Amino acid sequence: MITSHLRKIRIVLSIIFFIPTTFVLVDFSGLIPTGVVNGILYFQFIPSILKSISYFTFISTGFILVFILTILFGRVYCSTICPLGFLQDVTGFISRKFKWNKKKKKFEFLKEQKLLKWILFFIPVLLFVFGFGIGLNLLDPYSIYGRTAGNIIRPVFIGTNNLASSILASFQIYSVFPFDIKTFNIVPFAITTAMFLLVVYLSFKNGRLYCNTVCPVGTILGLISKISFFKIVIEKEECLSCGVCEKDCKSSCINSEEMVVDMSRCVGCFNCLQSCPTEGIKYQFGLPVKKSSSNSVDQAKRSFLISSAVYFTTVSSIFAQVKKKIVASKPSTVPIFRKNTVSPPGSISIDRFNSICTACHMCVSACPTQVLQPSFLEYGFLGILQPRLDNIAGFCNFDCVVCSDVCPTGAILPVELEKKKLTQIGIAKFVKDNCIVHTEKTDCGACSEHCPTKAVHMIPYENKLVIPEVRDEYCIGCGACEYACPTKPYKAIYVEGNETHLTAKKNVEKEATPTEINLKEEFPF
Amino acid sequence: MDRREFIQKSIQTGLIAGSALTIPGFYGNYISKSSKTISEKFDMVAIKGGEPDAMFDEAIKQLGGMSSFVKKNQKVLVKPNIGWDVVPELAANTNPKLVKRIIEHCFNAGAKEVYVFDHTCDDWRRCYENSGIEKAVKDAGGTIVPGHTESYYQEVTIKNGKRLKKDKVHELVLDSDVFINVPILKNHGSSRLTISMKNMMGVNWDRGYWHRNDLHQCIADFSTFRKPDLNIVDAYSVMKKNGPRGVSKADVVTMKSQILATDMVAADAASAKLFGIEPGEIPHIKIADSMGSGKMNLDGLNIKRIIL
Repeated sequence: MITSHLRKIRIVLSIIFFIPTTFVLVDFSGLIPTGVVNGILYFQFIPSILKSISYFTFISTGFILVFILTILFGRVYCSTICPLGFLQDVTGFISRKFKWNKKKKKFEFLKEQKLLKWILFFIPVLLFVFGFGIGLNLLDPYSIYGRTAGNIIRPVFIGTNNLASSILASFQIYSVFPFDIKTFNIVPFAITTAMFLLVVYLSFKNGRLYCNTVCPVGTILGLISKISFFKIVIEKEECLSCGVCEKDCKSSCINSEEMVVDMSRCVGCFNCLQSCPTEGIKYQFGLPVKKSSSNSVDQAKRSFLISSAVYFTTVSSIFAQVKKKIVASKPSTVPIFRKNTVSPPGSISIDRFNSICTACHMCVSACPTQVLQPSFLEYGFLGILQPRLDNIAGFCNFDCVVCSDVCPTGAILPVELEKKKLTQIGIAKFVKDNCIVHTEKTDCGACSEHCPTKAVHMIPYENKLVIPEVRDEYCIGCGACEYACPTKPYKAIYVEGNETHLTAKKNVEKEATPTEINLKEEFPF
Repeated sequence: MDRREFIQKSIQTGLIAGSALTIPGFYGNYISKSSKTISEKFDMVAIKGGEPDAMFDEAIKQLGGMSSFVKKNQKVLVKPNIGWDVVPELAANTNPKLVKRIIEHCFNAGAKEVYVFDHTCDDWRRCYENSGIEKAVKDAGGTIVPGHTESYYQEVTIKNGKRLKKDKVHELVLDSDVFINVPILKNHGSSRLTISMKNMMGVNWDRGYWHRNDLHQCIADFSTFRKPDLNIVDAYSVMKKNGPRGVSKADVVTMKSQILATDMVAADAASAKLFGIEPGEIPHIKIADSMGSGKMNLDGLNIKRIIL
C-alpha cells in the first residue's frame, strides 16, 4: 500500500523544502537570484497572504495553493513546507533518539486548548487589522524560522566560510572571500534566540504543541483540515486499541480509546500509519463530515469575536500612543536625535511597513551592503525586530533593489530601479559643528564623495576649503554620506527618515559640457 | 623575501629615491639603474588619440616594454580604481580595456601571477562586476582579489609620514614584486582631483582616518611609503565634475589620453594640467613634492609626447 510510504515521502518532501528555504535565509554572498528566492518562498503562508493584500501577483498566490492542498490532504503544509515545523521535527527526533526525554518517552492524547488557541489567533489578526504587524511578526512560523536562520544559523555559516577563506588566503588563493558581519544587534538577537529556544523546548517536550496552540497558521489551516477530503481514520474492525499510534502522534491528536482523530490538529506527518501493527489506522478519501454544529457554539464564537474586537480597538489605540511616545522621547546618548528611523525603499511609509512586515529578516540576509539591520525600538515597540536602515553598518546601494525583490510579504513592494533611484526614504541633515572642515580646517568631503545624486555637494568655505551642503530636493536618504562621514563618535551628517516616502528631483545639470576635446591639440605640458 | 624584509627594503628604497630627488639630475640615473637599458630613457610618456589598449601598447613600448618593469616569475599587483558601483561609461572606475591590456603585457613579460584589487567605496562585489574590471581581469588570466575586510590588511609604519605614521595596507602590496598603479583621472569633491597618489588610498584600510586627519597630508604621507613601480593614468574618459562618483554621462568628457610615469607626483602634475588645473592648486601634489616623493615641476623631465 502506498500509505505505508507516506511518511517517507513526507520526510523527503520536507527536506526538499527545508534546505533551499534555509539556504536563501542564510545566503550572505548573493548567490541565489531574487527570482529563485521568490520561488522558494512561494508557499510560505502568511507572507503570501500579506503580499496579496498589498500587491496581488502570480508570485503571491502561494496561500491559495496551500488552502487547496489543505482541503485535499489536511495540514500537510505543517509537516512539509513549514520550516519551523521541520525544525521541531528535528528536535523531536533528537529528543526521542537520545531518550533524553525519559519521563515521557511517548506522546499521549491531549485535549485541545481551544480558548488559548483562538485568543492567540485573534490577537495577531486583530492587531494586523488595526495596523500593527507585531502579532504576526512574533508568531508567524516562517518569520520565526527566518530570524532563527538569519541570526543564529547564518553566523555559523559565515564563520565556517571565513575560516576556509583565511586558510586559503594564506596560500594566496582568493576564490573564497571572507564576510564581515558589520554590526551585532543584541536585543533582536536575544529575542530571536529566546523564541527559538521556546519553540525547541516545546517540541522537545510536547511535539507539535506550538503548531496546535500558538501558531496562527496552524489554527487557520486546522479549521480547513477538519473538512479535508483525505483524512486519518481509525478502522474500528481492524483496530486493536493498543494505543501505539497515539503514543507516536506528535500532535497528540489521536484518541485511541474513543478511536477518533482530531483532524484539525493533525499535521499530516503519517507516523501513525507506520506505527500501527495492523491496518487499523488509515489515510483515506472520505467525504467531508458534516459536523453536527449547534447554534450555541456559533453564538459563543460570535460573542468572542465581538468582545475581542472591542477589546483590541481599545488596546491598539493605547499601543498607538505608546508607540508615538517612544519615538518622540527616545532616550539616546547620541546627540543626533533622529525623529524617524529610515525604512527601506519600496515600503511606501513607515506605518505601512510596520503593519505588514513580519520581520523574517529575508531582506536582512539578502542586503548586499548590510544596511538593513533588525531594529529594537527605533520604530517604536510595535516595530520591534523589523529591519531598518542602519547607516553605521552600511548604506543603501544606489543601483540595488534586492530587498524589494526578495520581500515575501510585500512590506517592501517591488520597485523599479529607476524609480528607486528617486525614492526619497529620508533626507540628510548636516551638522556643521561636527564637521572636519569646520573643526579641523582641513579638506574632507567623504560625504559628498559617496553621494550618488550629489545632493550633498561641496561649496566654498574659508581658505580655499570646501564644505558640504545638502540639497534636500535631490537627496534620497540612502545614507552613504552618513556611512562615509569619518567623525567620531558622532557623525556630522545623518539621515532623518521620511514618515512617508517622497520622490526626489532628478539632478540634471543645466549647463551643457563639451563631450569631447580637440584631440589634435598639443599637451598642456 | 619575507614580509618584514620587504617592508624594510621598500622603505629604504623610498628613502634613497626620496633623497636622490634633492640632487638634480640624479633621479633619471636611478630609474635607468633599476630598469633595463632602453634606447632613450623617458621619464614620462603622454599619449592621446587612441583606444585605451592601443595607446598603452604604444606608450609602454616607449618605456622599453613591460619587461623593463616585470621580470620572469614575478608577482604583479595591478591596482586600478574600482571604487564605485557604476558602469564603465560613467568613468568613475579605471577603463576595463586598459586593465585587461596591462595584465596581458605583464604575462607576456613572464609574470607568474597578476593580482588586481581595490578597497571599494560601494559594495565590492557590485563594483568589481559593474565596472567590467572583474571580467577584464579574468579574461586576461589575472586573479581578482577581494579587499573588503580588514583581515587582508597588515599594519605598517610610515617613517616619513607627518599625520599618517601608521597604516594598514593590503597584504598584496607587501607581497608583490611589482606594483602597477592604474588610476583614472577624475574630479574629486574631497581631494579636488584623484589621480595616482589618491588612488593609493584604495590599498589602505581605514579611509576615515585619512579624512579625519588632513586628507591632503595623509595622501602625501602615504606617497612616501611605497611608490608604485609604474603609474598608468587613464584619461580616456574623464569625469569633469560631480566626482568621484559622478551623477550622469554629462559629467564625462572623452579625452582619449593616457600618461605613464614612474614618478607618481610627476604623473599627477601632468594629469592635472591635462585636466586643466595647475598642479600647485592641488594641495596633496604640492605637499608630496615638498616631501620629496616626486617632482611636480615637469620642466626637467624627459617627456615623450605622442598624438595618434
